[in-house]
Amino acid sequence: MAKGIIRVKAKAVGGMTKVKMMAKHTMETGRRTDNTSGERIPARYLQTLQVMHQGKTVFAANLGTAISKNPFFAFSFAAGEPGDELMITWLENTGDTATESVKIK
Amino acid sequence: MSMNRRAVVKAIASGSALIGISVLMPRIALAAWNSDAFQADNQATAMEALLGGSPQPSADVTLKVPDSADNGAMVPVTVRTSMANVESISLFVEGNPAPLVAEFLIPEGTEADVATRVRMASTSTVTAVVKAEGQLYSAAKEVKVVLGGCDS
Repeated sequence: MAKGIIRVKAKAVGGMTKVKMMAKHTMETGRRTDNTSGERIPARYLQTLQVMHQGKTVFAANLGTAISKNPFFAFSFAAGEPGDELMITWLENTGDTATESVKIK
Repeated sequence: MSMNRRAVVKAIASGSALIGISVLMPRIALAAWNSDAFQADNQATAMEALLGGSPQPSADVTLKVPDSADNGAMVPVTVRTSMANVESISLFVEGNPAPLVAEFLIPEGTEADVATRVRMASTSTVTAVVKAEGQLYSAAKEVKVVLGGCDS
């Protein structure tokens, strides 16, 4: 899967950074069957997500297949200035992985 | 020929998986994915595997879910707590084929307040478990599901 699957809105307000993020991902559970071929669609989902700010982890998640398609997460942490970078690393169950960066507004 | 190709593809896939994992290991060490817990088909087993115990219900854990969901494929869930030193927040849906939905690790400085969207196979109880200072606290609520979301 190509890079750039995660869309992020990160806003710094009064010493806090509020983050909303959505990954563009089908989160295949491995329980669905293809209607035309009748074959089971293999599981393909995000297993871990980690968000770092200035070398420090500010959010991490271990995910199962019951997270909805196009996973959405919201959280906030007590740091961050507009212009700071957030590094977001994701790992798929297939072993695919990437790190994406986004600036705090 | 086709067998050969398959073997090559497999080798590449497993190789890249290994590289991916080894590169990530030091950074993602905080967030080890617990396969026993995620694959458990029973909520109690999953909790035991993930958290090493069962939680005490607590009024300090706030779980926000709708009373009913038309579409089980996307049920919004918010969990927050005012407790100090929260280490993790985990979500379970009892009626799902695999009840453990997600485990959020809350580092110091991050609010114990997370929101996400989950799949629900059928009407069932959603449970949020907060781990704070080694203790487990929970809040649970039933969500009525009109159309199941695990197969869609």
